[in-house]
Amino acid sequence: MTTMELVGVERDAEGFLKDPQQWNEEVAAEIAREAGIEELTPRHWQVVRLMREAYLATGESPSIRTLGKASGVPIKELYELFPKGPAKLAAKIGGIPKPRGCI
Amino acid sequence: MTTIDYDLEPRAVPATGEKPKTIEKVSIIISKGSLEGVYPGLIMANGARMEGIEANVFCTFFGLEAITKKRQDRIKVATVGNPGMHMPTLLGALPGMSWVATKMMARKMEKLDFPPVSEFVEMIADSGAGIYACKASVDMFGLTQEDFVPQVSGVITVGEFYEQAAGGEIVFT
Repeated sequence: MTTMELVGVERDAEGFLKDPQQWNEEVAAEIAREAGIEELTPRHWQVVRLMREAYLATGESPSIRTLGKASGVPIKELYELFPKGPAKLAAKIGGIPKPRGCI
Repeated sequence: MTTIDYDLEPRAVPATGEKPKTIEKVSIIISKGSLEGVYPGLIMANGARMEGIEANVFCTFFGLEAITKKRQDRIKVATVGNPGMHMPTLLGALPGMSWVATKMMARKMEKLDFPPVSEFVEMIADSGAGIYACKASVDMFGLTQEDFVPQVSGVITVGEFYEQAAGGEIVFT
Protein backbone atom coordinates (compact mmCIF):
# COMPACT_ATOMS: atom_id res chain seq x y z
CA MET A 1 0.00 0.00 0.00
CA THR A 2 1.32 3.43 -0.85
CA THR A 3 0.49 6.25 1.48
CA MET A 4 -0.24 9.80 0.36
CA GLU A 5 3.29 11.05 0.98
CA LEU A 6 4.81 8.46 -1.32
CA VAL A 7 2.49 8.90 -4.31
CA GLY A 8 4.55 9.53 -7.41
CA VAL A 9 7.85 8.85 -5.62
CA GLU A 10 9.86 6.29 -7.59
CA ARG A 11 11.70 3.68 -5.53
CA ASP A 12 13.76 0.58 -6.25
CA ALA A 13 12.96 -2.97 -5.10
CA GLU A 14 14.52 -2.31 -1.68
CA GLY A 15 12.71 0.96 -1.21
CA PHE A 16 15.52 3.42 -1.98
CA LEU A 17 14.50 6.54 -3.89
CA LYS A 18 15.48 6.44 -7.55
CA ASP A 19 15.76 10.21 -7.70
CA PRO A 20 17.10 12.08 -4.63
CA GLN A 21 15.26 15.18 -5.85
CA GLN A 22 11.89 13.59 -5.14
CA TRP A 23 12.73 13.65 -1.45
CA ASN A 24 11.14 15.84 1.20
CA GLU A 25 10.65 15.61 4.95
CA GLU A 26 7.24 13.94 4.66
CA VAL A 27 8.71 11.27 2.38
CA ALA A 28 11.46 10.74 4.97
CA ALA A 29 8.99 10.35 7.82
CA GLU A 30 6.91 7.86 5.83
CA ILE A 31 9.92 5.69 4.85
CA ALA A 32 10.99 5.78 8.50
CA ARG A 33 7.56 4.53 9.57
CA GLU A 34 7.79 1.68 7.05
CA ALA A 35 11.07 0.70 8.71
CA GLY A 36 9.47 0.76 12.15
CA ILE A 37 10.70 4.18 13.30
CA GLU A 38 7.46 5.84 14.37
CA GLU A 39 8.92 9.27 14.86
CA LEU A 40 12.13 10.82 13.63
CA THR A 41 13.74 12.56 16.59
CA PRO A 42 16.20 15.48 16.21
CA ARG A 43 18.96 12.92 16.70
CA HIS A 44 17.65 10.85 13.75
CA TRP A 45 17.46 14.01 11.64
CA GLN A 46 21.04 14.90 12.49
CA VAL A 47 22.16 11.60 10.94
CA VAL A 48 19.76 11.62 8.00
CA ARG A 49 20.66 15.17 7.00
CA LEU A 50 24.36 14.47 7.24
CA MET A 51 24.02 11.41 5.02
CA ARG A 52 22.04 13.37 2.48
CA GLU A 53 24.35 16.38 2.47
CA ALA A 54 27.41 14.15 2.13
CA TYR A 55 25.84 12.32 -0.80
CA LEU A 56 24.76 15.49 -2.57
CA ALA A 57 28.24 16.98 -2.11
CA THR A 58 30.34 13.95 -3.04
CA GLY A 59 28.07 11.62 -5.00
CA GLU A 60 28.72 8.83 -2.51
CA SER A 61 26.79 7.73 0.53
CA PRO A 62 29.12 7.73 3.57
CA SER A 63 30.14 4.52 5.31
CA ILE A 64 29.31 3.79 8.93
CA ARG A 65 32.77 4.86 10.12
CA THR A 66 32.60 8.21 8.34
CA LEU A 67 29.03 8.63 9.49
CA GLY A 68 30.00 8.09 13.12
CA LYS A 69 32.86 10.56 12.91
CA ALA A 70 31.12 13.23 10.86
CA SER A 71 27.73 13.20 12.59
CA GLY A 72 29.09 13.23 16.12
CA VAL A 73 26.64 10.44 16.94
CA PRO A 74 28.56 7.48 18.43
CA ILE A 75 28.34 4.12 16.61
CA LYS A 76 26.46 2.57 19.54
CA GLU A 77 23.77 5.21 19.37
CA LEU A 78 23.58 4.97 15.57
CA TYR A 79 22.58 1.33 15.94
CA GLU A 80 20.00 2.24 18.58
CA LEU A 81 18.51 4.93 16.34
CA PHE A 82 18.53 2.76 13.20
CA PRO A 83 18.48 -0.84 14.41
CA LYS A 84 18.44 -2.50 10.98
CA GLY A 85 21.73 -0.97 9.80
CA PRO A 86 22.32 2.77 10.37
CA ALA A 87 24.05 3.77 7.12
CA LYS A 88 21.63 1.81 4.96
CA LEU A 89 18.49 2.95 6.72
CA ALA A 90 19.57 6.57 7.08
CA ALA A 91 20.34 6.60 3.35
CA LYS A 92 16.91 5.20 2.56
CA ILE A 93 15.20 7.75 4.79
CA GLY A 94 17.41 10.51 3.36
CA GLY A 95 16.35 9.65 -0.17
CA ILE A 96 19.81 8.76 -1.44
CA PRO A 97 21.18 5.48 -2.89
CA LYS A 98 22.22 2.56 -0.72
CA PRO A 99 25.82 2.96 0.54
CA ARG A 100 28.15 0.56 -1.25
CA GLY A 101 31.18 0.86 1.04
CA CYS A 102 32.43 -2.29 2.78
CA ILE A 103 33.44 -0.60 6.02
CA MET B 1 35.01 9.44 -11.79
CA THR B 2 33.61 6.55 -13.77
CA THR B 3 30.67 4.75 -12.34
CA ILE B 4 30.19 1.10 -12.99
CA ASP B 5 26.67 -0.15 -13.38
CA TYR B 6 26.56 -3.16 -11.09
CA ASP B 7 24.11 -5.92 -11.63
CA LEU B 8 23.29 -7.06 -8.12
CA GLU B 9 20.48 -9.47 -8.94
CA PRO B 10 21.01 -12.87 -7.32
CA ARG B 11 22.20 -15.47 -9.83
CA ALA B 12 20.78 -18.64 -8.38
CA VAL B 13 17.01 -18.34 -8.25
CA PRO B 14 15.23 -21.47 -7.06
CA ALA B 15 13.01 -23.16 -9.64
CA THR B 16 9.96 -22.35 -7.54
CA GLY B 17 10.58 -18.68 -8.18
CA GLU B 18 10.63 -18.05 -4.43
CA LYS B 19 12.96 -15.38 -3.16
CA PRO B 20 16.02 -16.95 -1.47
CA LYS B 21 15.97 -16.64 2.33
CA THR B 22 18.01 -13.80 3.75
CA ILE B 23 20.86 -14.33 6.22
CA GLU B 24 19.78 -13.29 9.71
CA LYS B 25 22.78 -14.22 11.81
CA VAL B 26 26.51 -14.96 11.33
CA SER B 27 29.24 -16.21 13.63
CA ILE B 28 32.68 -15.38 12.35
CA ILE B 29 35.78 -17.23 13.48
CA ILE B 30 39.13 -15.45 13.18
CA SER B 31 41.95 -17.98 13.45
CA LYS B 32 44.96 -16.18 11.96
CA GLY B 33 47.15 -13.46 13.38
CA SER B 34 48.41 -11.74 10.23
CA LEU B 35 46.92 -8.54 8.85
CA GLU B 36 45.40 -10.41 5.92
CA GLY B 37 44.16 -13.02 8.38
CA VAL B 38 42.43 -10.58 10.71
CA TYR B 39 40.81 -7.96 8.47
CA PRO B 40 38.52 -10.18 6.37
CA GLY B 41 36.77 -11.48 9.49
CA LEU B 42 36.42 -7.99 10.94
CA ILE B 43 35.07 -6.65 7.65
CA MET B 44 32.55 -9.48 7.44
CA ALA B 45 31.37 -8.95 11.02
CA ASN B 46 31.04 -5.20 10.63
CA GLY B 47 29.44 -5.65 7.21
CA ALA B 48 26.87 -8.00 8.67
CA ARG B 49 25.88 -5.46 11.32
CA MET B 50 25.67 -2.73 8.68
CA GLU B 51 23.08 -4.87 6.92
CA GLY B 52 21.17 -5.44 10.14
CA ILE B 53 22.42 -9.02 10.41
CA GLU B 54 23.17 -10.29 13.92
CA ALA B 55 26.90 -11.05 14.30
CA ASN B 56 29.35 -12.68 16.69
CA VAL B 57 33.13 -12.83 16.43
CA PHE B 58 35.09 -15.74 17.91
CA CYS B 59 38.88 -15.40 18.02
CA THR B 60 40.91 -18.58 18.22
CA PHE B 61 44.62 -19.47 18.04
CA PHE B 62 46.58 -16.59 16.49
CA GLY B 63 43.33 -14.78 15.80
CA LEU B 64 43.56 -13.77 19.48
CA GLU B 65 46.09 -11.16 18.38
CA ALA B 66 43.16 -9.08 17.10
CA ILE B 67 41.76 -8.67 20.62
CA THR B 68 44.96 -8.73 22.68
CA LYS B 69 45.71 -5.25 24.08
CA LYS B 70 49.43 -5.29 23.43
CA ARG B 71 49.22 -6.91 20.03
CA GLN B 72 46.20 -5.69 18.11
CA ASP B 73 47.75 -2.62 16.54
CA ARG B 74 51.03 -4.38 15.76
CA ILE B 75 49.59 -7.00 13.45
CA LYS B 76 51.68 -7.41 10.29
CA VAL B 77 51.30 -8.62 6.75
CA ALA B 78 52.97 -11.97 6.04
CA THR B 79 55.73 -11.32 3.51
CA VAL B 80 56.93 -14.92 3.49
CA GLY B 81 54.86 -17.80 2.17
CA ASN B 82 52.35 -15.36 0.73
CA PRO B 83 52.39 -15.63 -3.09
CA GLY B 84 49.85 -12.81 -3.31
CA MET B 85 52.56 -10.40 -2.14
CA HIS B 86 54.52 -11.07 -5.35
CA MET B 87 57.70 -11.03 -3.32
CA PRO B 88 60.44 -13.67 -3.53
CA THR B 89 60.53 -15.68 -0.30
CA LEU B 90 64.15 -14.79 0.53
CA LEU B 91 63.49 -11.09 -0.02
CA GLY B 92 60.37 -11.29 2.15
CA ALA B 93 62.46 -12.83 4.90
CA LEU B 94 64.79 -9.81 5.18
CA PRO B 95 64.56 -7.99 8.52
CA GLY B 96 62.01 -5.17 8.44
CA MET B 97 60.34 -6.34 5.25
CA SER B 98 57.09 -7.23 6.95
CA TRP B 99 57.15 -3.87 8.73
CA VAL B 100 57.59 -1.98 5.44
CA ALA B 101 54.87 -3.97 3.68
CA THR B 102 52.51 -3.39 6.61
CA LYS B 103 53.19 0.36 6.61
CA MET B 104 52.45 0.53 2.88
CA MET B 105 49.27 -1.42 3.21
CA ALA B 106 48.13 0.55 6.26
CA ARG B 107 48.48 3.78 4.31
CA LYS B 108 46.37 2.39 1.48
CA MET B 109 43.77 1.05 3.89
CA GLU B 110 43.49 4.34 5.75
CA LYS B 111 42.73 6.02 2.43
CA LEU B 112 39.92 3.53 1.86
CA ASP B 113 38.59 4.27 5.36
CA PHE B 114 39.68 0.97 6.93
CA PRO B 115 40.07 1.61 10.66
CA PRO B 116 43.07 0.28 12.60
CA VAL B 117 42.34 -3.09 14.25
CA SER B 118 41.68 -1.57 17.70
CA GLU B 119 39.15 0.92 16.35
CA PHE B 120 37.58 -1.73 14.13
CA VAL B 121 37.05 -4.10 17.07
CA GLU B 122 35.53 -1.24 19.06
CA MET B 123 33.21 -0.33 16.17
CA ILE B 124 32.05 -3.93 15.86
CA ALA B 125 31.40 -4.23 19.60
CA ASP B 126 29.52 -0.91 19.57
CA SER B 127 27.37 -2.19 16.72
CA GLY B 128 26.04 -4.80 19.13
CA ALA B 129 28.11 -7.80 18.01
CA GLY B 130 29.52 -10.16 20.62
CA ILE B 131 33.30 -10.66 20.66
CA TYR B 132 34.64 -13.82 22.25
CA ALA B 133 38.00 -15.47 22.89
CA CYS B 134 38.46 -19.23 22.52
CA LYS B 135 39.14 -20.87 25.88
CA ALA B 136 41.43 -23.59 24.55
CA SER B 137 43.68 -21.02 22.84
CA VAL B 138 43.62 -18.66 25.82
CA ASP B 139 44.76 -21.52 28.08
CA MET B 140 47.37 -22.63 25.57
CA PHE B 141 48.94 -19.17 25.26
CA GLY B 142 48.68 -18.61 29.02
CA LEU B 143 46.50 -15.52 28.62
CA THR B 144 43.77 -14.18 30.91
CA GLN B 145 40.77 -11.87 30.40
CA GLU B 146 43.08 -9.04 31.54
CA ASP B 147 45.16 -9.40 28.38
CA PHE B 148 42.20 -8.61 26.17
CA VAL B 149 40.59 -5.33 25.17
CA PRO B 150 37.47 -4.42 27.17
CA GLN B 151 35.21 -5.13 24.17
CA VAL B 152 35.72 -8.87 24.64
CA SER B 153 32.49 -10.24 26.11
CA GLY B 154 34.05 -13.42 27.42
CA VAL B 155 36.33 -16.41 27.12
CA ILE B 156 34.16 -19.29 25.94
CA THR B 157 34.50 -22.96 25.08
CA VAL B 158 33.82 -24.40 21.66
CA GLY B 159 30.55 -25.78 23.00
CA GLU B 160 29.46 -22.36 24.17
CA PHE B 161 30.46 -20.99 20.79
CA TYR B 162 28.11 -23.43 19.06
CA GLU B 163 25.33 -22.39 21.45
CA GLN B 164 25.98 -18.75 20.52
CA ALA B 165 26.06 -19.62 16.83
CA ALA B 166 22.78 -21.56 16.88
CA GLY B 167 20.38 -20.61 14.15
CA GLY B 168 22.95 -18.78 12.02
CA GLU B 169 25.77 -19.24 9.56
CA ILE B 170 29.34 -19.97 10.66
CA VAL B 171 32.20 -18.40 8.70
CA PHE B 172 35.76 -19.60 9.36
CA THR B 173 38.59 -17.26 8.41
